[in-house]
Amino acid sequence: MGLISLLIFLPLAGAVLIALGPREKPGLLRGIALTTSVATFLLSLGLFTRFVAGEGGFQLVEMRPWVPGLGITYRVGIDGISLFLVLLSTLLSVVAMAASWSDIKVRVKEFMICLLFLETGMIGVFVALDLFLFYVFWEVMLIPMYLLIGIWGNPGRRIYAAVKFFLFTMFGSLLMLVAILVMYFYHGKTTGIYTFDLMSWYNLKLPLSMQVWLFLAFGLAFAIKVPMFPFHTWLPDAHTEAPTVGSVLLAAVLLKMGTYGFLRFNLPLFPEATVMFVPLLAGLSLVGIIYGALVAMVQVDVKRLVAFSSVSHMGFVVLGIFALNVEGMTGAMLQMLNHGFSTGALFLIVGMIYERRHTRMIADFGGLSTVMPVFATFFLIVALSSIGLPGLNGFVGEFLVLLGAFQAEPLWAVVAGLGLILAAVYMLWMFQRVMFGEVDKEENRGLKDLNLREAALLLVMVFFIIQFGVYPKPYIDRIEPSLKLVLKRVEERGAPLRPAAATAAEKPAAATAPQHFTTQHHN
Amino acid sequence: MIDKIWLVVLFPLLGVVINGLAGIKLPRKVIGAIGSLAILGSFITACLIFVEVAGHGSAERVSEVVLFTWIGCGSLQVNAGFLVDPLSLVMMLTVSGVSFIIHVYSTGYMAEDEGFRRYFTYLNLFVFFMLILVSANSFLLMFVGWEGVGLCSYLLIGFWYQRQAPADAGKKAFVVNRVGDYGFLLAMLLIFVTFNTLDFNKVFAAAPQVLEKGGLAVTLMTLLLFVGACGKSAQIPLYVWLPDAMEGPTPVSALIHAATMVTAGVYMVARCATLYSMAPISMEVVAIIGCLTALFAASIGLLQNDIKRVLAYSTISQLGYMFLACGVGVFTAGIFHLVTHAFFKALLFLGAGSVMHGMSGELDMRKMGGLKTKMPWTYGTFLIGTLALAGIFPFAGFFSKDEILWAALQKSPALWLGGAVGAFMTAFYMFRAVFMTFHGESRIESHVHVHESPGSMILPLCVLAVLSVAGGWIGLPLIAGGNQLKEFLQPLFSVAGHAAPAEQAAHEVGLEITMMLVSLGIALSVIGLAWFMYIKKPLLLEKLSARFSSLYRLVYNKYFVDEAYDALIIQPIKNSSLWLWRLFDEKVIDGAVHGTAALVLGASGALR
Repeated sequence: MGLISLLIFLPLAGAVLIALGPREKPGLLRGIALTTSVATFLLSLGLFTRFVAGEGGFQLVEMRPWVPGLGITYRVGIDGISLFLVLLSTLLSVVAMAASWSDIKVRVKEFMICLLFLETGMIGVFVALDLFLFYVFWEVMLIPMYLLIGIWGNPGRRIYAAVKFFLFTMFGSLLMLVAILVMYFYHGKTTGIYTFDLMSWYNLKLPLSMQVWLFLAFGLAFAIKVPMFPFHTWLPDAHTEAPTVGSVLLAAVLLKMGTYGFLRFNLPLFPEATVMFVPLLAGLSLVGIIYGALVAMVQVDVKRLVAFSSVSHMGFVVLGIFALNVEGMTGAMLQMLNHGFSTGALFLIVGMIYERRHTRMIADFGGLSTVMPVFATFFLIVALSSIGLPGLNGFVGEFLVLLGAFQAEPLWAVVAGLGLILAAVYMLWMFQRVMFGEVDKEENRGLKDLNLREAALLLVMVFFIIQFGVYPKPYIDRIEPSLKLVLKRVEERGAPLRPAAATAAEKPAAATAPQHFTTQHHN
Repeated sequence: MIDKIWLVVLFPLLGVVINGLAGIKLPRKVIGAIGSLAILGSFITACLIFVEVAGHGSAERVSEVVLFTWIGCGSLQVNAGFLVDPLSLVMMLTVSGVSFIIHVYSTGYMAEDEGFRRYFTYLNLFVFFMLILVSANSFLLMFVGWEGVGLCSYLLIGFWYQRQAPADAGKKAFVVNRVGDYGFLLAMLLIFVTFNTLDFNKVFAAAPQVLEKGGLAVTLMTLLLFVGACGKSAQIPLYVWLPDAMEGPTPVSALIHAATMVTAGVYMVARCATLYSMAPISMEVVAIIGCLTALFAASIGLLQNDIKRVLAYSTISQLGYMFLACGVGVFTAGIFHLVTHAFFKALLFLGAGSVMHGMSGELDMRKMGGLKTKMPWTYGTFLIGTLALAGIFPFAGFFSKDEILWAALQKSPALWLGGAVGAFMTAFYMFRAVFMTFHGESRIESHVHVHESPGSMILPLCVLAVLSVAGGWIGLPLIAGGNQLKEFLQPLFSVAGHAAPAEQAAHEVGLEITMMLVSLGIALSVIGLAWFMYIKKPLLLEKLSARFSSLYRLVYNKYFVDEAYDALIIQPIKNSSLWLWRLFDEKVIDGAVHGTAALVLGASGALR
């Protein structure tokens, strides 16, 4: 069994072990779950060390016939686009396990099984190179998250939120399934080979009319997942009602599946349609950036505020992707990872004060800096990372996205840039109301500062928040070549449709620029 | 030594790390010492580098030190690197020097404060970012420092976060600065697509070939950069955050909101002199905004009763002069004024802090008076600062301000007139402050026990007072036989081949001396007027304000600009956001979703 398969099946094995374990000993079950996820994470570091930087194609590919008669293969592998998303999933799974330590007290057994199932699903989605396999993982992931919200969510609206989450996602998934089957049969009809292999599909040239429909079907599934305006309304509900761990994984990993889907499937499979739909998708992401920020500003519930800020931030990601240039797309990829850390950490933080006060209303807090100074420091750094302060992670991604957007269409950057101003407004205003001022509520006076476990969790997040901001090179070096391949595919086939064909001609020159500059600096 | 330039920023960072992480176990004296010594380390390093660079011929004074690739993606290559040249060195020296003095002062001023460690951590972090700002070799790295100092400003304005006003003021400062930063950001994007690099030297070297003089691209770039400068350096229309920033501890006002951070915009414009020189329209905009701000802020300063607010408006006004200088093409004069202003404005703020310290936190000058005997050292040094700011010979401000006005006159009599009127107002409001605070009868409330400040605060005042006297002589105008600062800086602004005409114009020595004497004479008579109105005949003032009551109210309320912004920008955005959420998110989108669900349910029921 290869490394990637090991990563997929280890959490599953852990889940089986827990299922067999004694229900009366929740501590033991937690221990097994945590050990499994830590082991998975440590193993996943092997992906990073074995990954050859500078190579754009798929690496560490494993292949095994599954249902040969139908052309279904168990085929997994990673490239620069998926590498860090897998690492993000394994790391955040550990964080989630540790974060749920004192939070989840009922049905611990089922909870841990859900989390491990979810981990398998997340890793699987990012490594699957066979569309059937991909779809299986995509659906597998849906169920534990639905249960996390529906069972361990906040009593009250959790059922509504869970069902809403399920229906929105399911609606998109079904359309995607139809599209996958259409692709499958078209491929079979034109080439005589019936297969779900993504590589083979990449070589297929589809007529434009068909591309348009398939782009829309895949695109809708991904747009809902991102979520893009106006398909975002499931997100605030899901986030607010989900337990902390659910929110963290939802924001940090699950949303990325939408943007990942665009990069992995929509762009390379339907290049002409991609170019055609650029105005629509860029337009919607711009609306999302501004709309999400404006609505975040007037929220009274911290979690809802963070949820709407996600809509705004994910708008940047989609904008970067559809800028269709190296800078924008790399920025989008970085922003996906950054958002994982920043927003993941924000949800952890909200969870920590929720656990203490059992409220998420901004108005119920005030002056927490005085009673929780260590917490205040972490919160501040995370909030600043979320508003894209240079030197922290968010800035690198956002700047590259803006740069890419500006090159594609200056107006996009002009509009998106306004999102940065608004981000400062809603984030700092919330921070002020929660953390600053007098401690004017009796309940807040005795709040305990972070314990060691909580501080360690946030320290991990803050470490990456700073590391990404100061030295993003290791990530960029591995991400960029894969994106260039995607871009090449889009430009080769979609270029005739682009109004500004000149950008394609400029790229080779840009690609040589790095060597040129580095040699100069060594002198 | 030049390749050790990274030490300049490393020292403050070490201070942040040590005090921030380990400081919790350290006694206050040690924390203060670590904080101050870190900055002293930067200052000494900067001095050593300065000596080395000054020893080179003027052609070899520019060098770059690159540490590592920060962001390398596609055609964007940005290094963590330093640009060592006369301009960045002058800034580094000013920043680290003044910072050190203010750190020492702070050990006394903040001695009793609960947040002592937090204070020094933030202050060191500020110096770290400020030094990055002035030593960065690219626009993007400069932007790191640029937003970093904004962050520290936010943290330090809101240092006493338990109270509403400082927390509000901090947030206001950050957000208004973000508006400016938006301009900076767009400018960078435009610069990058034009030059394919963000390195200063590469951009400036390529500018004459790539850009068309007076063309749309360069005009847009420089105007957008200037939006950033307006935010950071508190110019119309983005100045509104600076007066509120006075909610922070007074040494912070001295360091960040007078001597260093707020001058970053001027530094940036001077750094981009090559670009500005190619954009005459932008130069005019810079000059006009600078001149208007100088006048406008000075007029507000005339009626403020809070001693720190007077100084705040004065700072806005003086920053206006620096931009006026840049706008009329005398970048060296702008930087010269930046340096002298750093000395005397820091002195004045620290003096005000000393008054506050001695008066148990009182800031209202109407409750002061007659302090000169009780706080002789504070009085003496404050007076020196006032003379320097009012531009009286031979104090520092005289030389720098005179040079700016002289250059403005070459360009346009209107700009000169604006600057001159502003200068007279400056002399008036400063001496008004001196008279209200230190002279006349005591109006101090009986429970206040006035005392002179401790040595750790007085010594910095004295050092700054010396600099406020002597500082002007480094930039002596032509008549005194050569301007050393100009000699040091000028090559930088003319290497690009676009030296401003005003700077090249031969000084007509006779006329310049006449102008100096005239402005000096008027300044002295204005001081006399202030004395007459505030010491001799205090009643006259009440009559005047009653006579012109609506004008008085307009100016006293700072022209109601804050209120206008709130009604025209902030409230509409808030209301429309609420509307978007309540109506669009909850009614339209979710309404459609719920409607569809109901429809499907109904249909399936009917079909069954």
